[in-house]
Amino acid sequence: MKQYEIDVAIIGGGSAGLASAVVVKKAGLNPLILERDKELGGILLQCIHVGFGLYEFKEELTGPEFAQRFINEVKELGIAYKLNTMVIEITKNKTIYAVNNEEGLIKIKTKAIILSMGCRERTRGAINIPGFRPAGIYTAGQAQRFVNMEGYLPGKTYVILGSGDIGMIMARRLTWEGCKVQAVVEILPYVSGLLRNQVQCLEDYGIPLITGYTITKIHGRDKIQAVTVSKVDRNFDRVIGSDKFIECDALLLSVGLIPENELTLNAGAELSSNNGPIVDNNLETTIEGIFACGNVLQVHDLVDMVTAEAKRAGEYAVDYIKNRLGKEVSDKEKIKCVPGKNVNYVKPDFINKKDISKDLIFTFRVKEPGRRKLIQFKDNNNKVIYKRKKIHVIPSEMIELKINLEKNNINPACGQIEIEVIDRPEVLIEGE
Amino acid sequence: MIYDIIIIGGGVIGCCIARTLSKYDLKVCLLEKEADIASGTTKGNSGVVHAGYASSREYIKRNLCIRGNKLYTQAQKELNFPMKRIGSFVVALEDSQIKILNEERKKGIQDDVPGLELILDKKQIKSMEPNLTDEVVGVLHAPTAGIVSPYEMTFALAENAAMNGVKFFRNQKVKKIKHQDYVFNVKTSVGGEFQGRNVINAAGLFARKISKMVGLDYFEINPRKGEYILFDRNALHLNKILFPTPTKVSKGILVCPTVHGNTFLGPNAQNITDKSDISTTTAGLKEILEGGLKLVPNIPVRSSIRNFSGLRAVPNNLDFIIDNTDVYGFINVVGSLSPGLTSCYAIAERVIEFLELLGVELKVKEDYNPIRPKPETFKDFSKEELDKKIIEDPAWAKIICRCETISEREILNAIHAPVGATTVDGVKFRCRPGMGRCQGGFCRPRVMEILSRELNLPFQAITKKGEDTQFLVGKTKDFILERIKGGN
Repeated sequence: MKQYEIDVAIIGGGSAGLASAVVVKKAGLNPLILERDKELGGILLQCIHVGFGLYEFKEELTGPEFAQRFINEVKELGIAYKLNTMVIEITKNKTIYAVNNEEGLIKIKTKAIILSMGCRERTRGAINIPGFRPAGIYTAGQAQRFVNMEGYLPGKTYVILGSGDIGMIMARRLTWEGCKVQAVVEILPYVSGLLRNQVQCLEDYGIPLITGYTITKIHGRDKIQAVTVSKVDRNFDRVIGSDKFIECDALLLSVGLIPENELTLNAGAELSSNNGPIVDNNLETTIEGIFACGNVLQVHDLVDMVTAEAKRAGEYAVDYIKNRLGKEVSDKEKIKCVPGKNVNYVKPDFINKKDISKDLIFTFRVKEPGRRKLIQFKDNNNKVIYKRKKIHVIPSEMIELKINLEKNNINPACGQIEIEVIDRPEVLIEGE
Repeated sequence: MIYDIIIIGGGVIGCCIARTLSKYDLKVCLLEKEADIASGTTKGNSGVVHAGYASSREYIKRNLCIRGNKLYTQAQKELNFPMKRIGSFVVALEDSQIKILNEERKKGIQDDVPGLELILDKKQIKSMEPNLTDEVVGVLHAPTAGIVSPYEMTFALAENAAMNGVKFFRNQKVKKIKHQDYVFNVKTSVGGEFQGRNVINAAGLFARKISKMVGLDYFEINPRKGEYILFDRNALHLNKILFPTPTKVSKGILVCPTVHGNTFLGPNAQNITDKSDISTTTAGLKEILEGGLKLVPNIPVRSSIRNFSGLRAVPNNLDFIIDNTDVYGFINVVGSLSPGLTSCYAIAERVIEFLELLGVELKVKEDYNPIRPKPETFKDFSKEELDKKIIEDPAWAKIICRCETISEREILNAIHAPVGATTVDGVKFRCRPGMGRCQGGFCRPRVMEILSRELNLPFQAITKKGEDTQFLVGKTKDFILERIKGGN
């Protein structure tokens, strides 16, 4: 068995892994990227539409272009990577076992690990659509791969369930291919992807968006022939008499993404309610020296945000190796961050008390959309330690705040902070 | 060429008979109408090897079930399919149900069902199955009940039969049978013609149609649909097969682990008329979820990865019909509703007896090999073995399905096995890529690529499960060019 010893192993060579590898290398340490596919770049390679890089490069790039800039940097810096390499086990003491077809089983001893495995798409089973199980049902990302990478079309007439970004982008992409997109059907009363995609991918092409509806039956035993869509009430139960029959020869599902955390669990790290690992403000999981970033931690809206988070993970891993590895840390006290009213989840899940004087980044999503809202951080005595007005909130847009808790006079003895997004009290509106 | 025996139907019953016959010096073939064997009832059922106490005494299926259960031990040793004797609980939630369990226990003991035990100690019950509801008042424990992958067992049976000389023909839908001079001439819709001295009708739901082709119309087969919900491997870990206390009409919704560590709920029972209706329904899924939650309240509902349904072939007499018919040499083996899967080896034994009565000479082949080796899997290898395997064959290191950790080598083996996979579903049911939580999201295009390469077919011609189930309709730019040429 071949054995390696390196500073930081980075699992996954997509946008998160590439960006963190660059940071680690520039800090003078020795990273190794482990990628299971045959090339670096991850899911960006099939995202041939533009819209990437507006923050990172102040340019509008395609997915492959965005990935290539990082791949070039990885190569220029001489960062080691292994392709076609599948990690099969991460042990508690940060040893990785992986396989690839050239070396067989390999063993990699590391000082730190960055998890950057990304996410996968939710499927029909996850949302339990009744009906037949014919050919012709794909996740939007799978269809994207067929069209953009393999050069094939899975159908001519489509229905898209779910208004996630990939679904809306595929609606436009297939329209360009001369296909007909009958409708994008969304169970919620609002779009679950970005507003810009709703405008640029659906409205600009006259593709019907049906909100408050879902698919209640799939027709066709061998190949899909049609779907029945029905209006749903507040409990998502079908409204009798609201059925519409829509013909199609392919159904795409764009019903959400789930962080891909099999290896995280295998390493013994704990997950939080968003299916991503529990992390502290250093993006460190519950296992010392194992960090997480990108969509494996939380599903992001934009690759630029993944990149920014991954760079931080790289810095934290470097800091860990240089300052903490092998040393006894005296102050291990933590403050727990919990989601409150109308907040789905919060990252980080914990803050190290010794870091409260630093500018910390909080990311979270609301459960319900709304206007004229107030974001509040409260300590465990219900004292508001931070508040901020927000004109418009929607689950599809992640909220990111940089806050210095010490400057906001947090009580250092506080054990927990709760983040909530509430209606603005009238007095506040008038008073300011 | 005239076959000694033609088997119609490649479900678990047909394949089990084929494999049992492959022991003898006979020319045997099997005809299956679908693109693959194990495509009907065999694919969509609970995969429970019943201990044998569940049906009424007057039925032949009761004895065949008890005998069949015993025969599984030897069969598994020889065929190496996934099966575990984990035992079952019939669960009483009310005191009044204890009486029913006790009666079942007595009946079972009289019929030699081993180890039956009524457990009333809640603590003991919960220690054996911690997921069971606190409402439980007692269980009937049947330690010899087991779980099996019905389709993997069927593939194993077919492979072993084929190794021993049985010929398998798929995509051969029988449309006409002529019986003349003690020879059956079987014609199929794709122009195939097969001659045989004996015909075994194991056509499941369509058995009446086949029987009528030789002029025998003395039973009815109706489809009864059962819906299922399958959960992720991480969702729940059950130790036991959990049945509610049976009612007069049904065994009820069970909560059951699979041999691969998933959990499923189901089936319900709906009598329908359309033999191709394997759709699931909102009401049905709700019904089985509610049923399942009664036994296991902590089922993580959101971790379901698939729902599906299967059709039972229900005969009008509600019992197996295994007949040496009035048409000499034509044997009906039909109506194999539950516990048909459990009984299959016992059913095959009975068929052998019938063939003996018909004067078929049963001479054991000298080179008969009952062993079908266990398919090697990436997951089962130790690290050292894996290292060695990959050096020998790099295809072991190419992981095609991430959720289930399936390597390219396993897929190649599934394609090149006797009666191997020719479709994406064929690969999926043989070695599991696409069975995991992403349901083929990642691996499907890659499996298609491998099939296309190995079977020397164009990428676009690869199907889900045979004719009319293509995944792709054209190349990019095809339609847009059509439209430009068409002038719009």
